[in-house]
Amino acid sequence: MSWKLDSNKPIYLQLMDTIKTQILSGVYEPGAKLPSIRNLALEASVNPNTMQKAMSELEREGIITNNRTSGYCVASDETIINAFREKKADAAISEFVLSMNNMGFSTDEIRVRLRHFIDNNIDMISN
Amino acid sequence: MEQLLVVNHLTKSFGRNIALNDISFQVMPGRIVGLLGPNGSGKTTLIKIINSLISPTSGQVLINGEAPGVNSKKIISYLPDKPYFNDWMKVTELIDLYEDFYEDFDRNTALNLLGNLHINPSDKIKKLSKGTIEKVQLIMVMSRKAKLYILDEPIAGVDPAARDYILSTIISNYNRDASIIISTHLIADIENVLDDALFLREGNIAMYNSVENIRSTYNQSVDATFREVFRC
Repeated sequence: MSWKLDSNKPIYLQLMDTIKTQILSGVYEPGAKLPSIRNLALEASVNPNTMQKAMSELEREGIITNNRTSGYCVASDETIINAFREKKADAAISEFVLSMNNMGFSTDEIRVRLRHFIDNNIDMISN
Repeated sequence: MEQLLVVNHLTKSFGRNIALNDISFQVMPGRIVGLLGPNGSGKTTLIKIINSLISPTSGQVLINGEAPGVNSKKIISYLPDKPYFNDWMKVTELIDLYEDFYEDFDRNTALNLLGNLHINPSDKIKKLSKGTIEKVQLIMVMSRKAKLYILDEPIAGVDPAARDYILSTIISNYNRDASIIISTHLIADIENVLDDALFLREGNIAMYNSVENIRSTYNQSVDATFREVFRC
């Protein structure tokens, strides 16, 4: 898994986003133990303090938990993770609909094109 | 937490030339600080004063509460901008030398890091390439359990893969009580590793801020901010 970071934006926000995506996509399952801060920092080639900040923020949001002895784990409560998944899906859809709308497509046209795209590109969608 | 490094109204002039002009700043433990500035901005002068290789014209430097000297050399691990090894030595002899000189030098760490790079400790330094010598030098410096690491242009002369290796060595050997000062003008390569950036311009501090603050304040990278501050 490579970490594409844009130095123009705060790094910890991008780290939070990448880790969230990994959790939502199942790289780390609910309740699973996460790598240590140092190893995550090495993997992403970032400062360990920045990684620490990203993890603390994720803990505050409730998607990961910190057990003093064993480090950070993904929240075992799947409802929390599903709530994040829904939120992220809504954000992606609203971005898509807005940008289509900005190009002048009506909602009916967007519906038709989306259906058409999914029907014709079944192979690129994994589930 | 006590400051690890305090610089107080520090001035250094060489004849009529003012290299550092009344600068003051502090570094807390556990920070990775980028010392950034164009050539001739005073980076190496500052580093040499902290390492007590030259003395200031006026002002004061305190490392762990003490002026530079015997005690500060025990807790500062310094990578100079030029290699200074005797090239007739073997790498093992260099390790022996470091072990004799520094109480906090960890031979096993050094041997592990050399092993990762497939550097044979019985090779003579003379036989190694320029880039490899720079890596050996960094390994020696990072194998000390120091409180303050000062790296003067550690990534200047090496290829991108070696640069990644050097940065990961710095990240993996970093500990919470120690700080690292890295001087460079190759900001884009290291900015994700930094906590803070200190911009030096003509002997003055042009900016000293956390890199995440710089990104959120200016909506751009530290590298882009640097180019703006130092536009010619």
